[in-house]
Amino acid sequence: MYSFNYHCVSSTAEASELFDSCESAVYLSGGMTLIPTLKQRLDYPTDVIDLRAINDLQGINKENGSIRVGSRTCHADVARHHHIQALADLAAGIGDLQVRNCGTIGGSIANNDPAADYPAALLGLGATVHTNNRDIGADDFFVDLFETALEMGEIVTAVSFPTPRRAAYLKFPNPASRYAIVGVFVAETEAGIRVAVTGAGPCVFRATTIEEALHRDFRPTAVEGLSVDHSNFNSDIHASQEFRGHLVTEMTKRAVAEIS
Amino acid sequence: MVDITITVNGASHSLSVPDNTLLSDLLRENLRLTGTHIGCDTSQCGSCTVELNGRAVKACTLLAAQANNGSVTTIEGLGTPDDLHPMQAAFRDNHALQCGFCTPGMIMTAIEMINDATEPLSADQIRAGLEGNYCRCTGYQNIVKAVLAAQTQLRSA
Repeated sequence: MYSFNYHCVSSTAEASELFDSCESAVYLSGGMTLIPTLKQRLDYPTDVIDLRAINDLQGINKENGSIRVGSRTCHADVARHHHIQALADLAAGIGDLQVRNCGTIGGSIANNDPAADYPAALLGLGATVHTNNRDIGADDFFVDLFETALEMGEIVTAVSFPTPRRAAYLKFPNPASRYAIVGVFVAETEAGIRVAVTGAGPCVFRATTIEEALHRDFRPTAVEGLSVDHSNFNSDIHASQEFRGHLVTEMTKRAVAEIS
Repeated sequence: MVDITITVNGASHSLSVPDNTLLSDLLRENLRLTGTHIGCDTSQCGSCTVELNGRAVKACTLLAAQANNGSVTTIEGLGTPDDLHPMQAAFRDNHALQCGFCTPGMIMTAIEMINDATEPLSADQIRAGLEGNYCRCTGYQNIVKAVLAAQTQLRSA
């Protein structure tokens, strides 16, 4: 690790003011991606601003028709909160026990790893991301590979998930890292059927042809024979574009089977 | 430099360390508690697992500053050679270690798993819970056996 200045702040206002005054700052939430990144010298910020002492970023609250998850809530705590079971199941499948005790939802979505699980839940449930400046709908939040709608220095404070009528998340994990080779979040929400896919492409996306098919007939057989355009999918030693394309349909079928 | 006050195995320490010091290095280098092992140093193998504020974490992937004002338990804080923690005793009795390098991390994770569970865990649940701890000697069979044995004892205590 290169050297840096560590700061622990107690409010988002203090954090963003400090961020602006530093040459190149990063926020530290759980650190499960950031610390390995710094150790590999893939990033070399002058300043690391730890958000852990900001109290109002913690915890899960039930609101009218939704739950609001503070951005510094760790995966283990989301996994223990059963109001939206598909979300709890998703959180319980991230990384390993120790990682789930540290890693946070805000850190995960701000990083927007193409194989991360949470982006699928946000997009699948039509969640809203709250920041220290504004609210951003999940459809607008995830922009591209490791890129979000967040501006420099903006801080995710919470995520609100509307309660779906039914939902499931099925992933085909890399057996070593537990990251999704492909993960599919299927939800029947007040606004209709939503199918969000992570791991397959450079960024989480909605599979609209599959959504339409499930809107007509919410059964695994409705997805049979459907294919998604895999021309811009990821291809690596773990899976080819074609295999990832196949997995999108297959994981959708399994998710629908779980809840239909 | 960053000033850190930390309770480790019940004893309070105040020290000043470089800002980028890892918790694993603070424990091993500053406090000379070398039972916390560094295997991969990349957050994968789990040998460095310690308990921070009641939760199992990988000490190689936390800044020491993140544990400021916190309470840490390491393998040295569990038992003594004459009076082993039930999890340590179960590992010995079930031949759950060969070289022993992964053992401190295995034991710290296993204890949190058992303490956290509302119902007795199955062998499969124990295997899933140990996903973040690698052992390159035993093939895991005896580790799972040991955790099951310790569970029986800890739940009846």
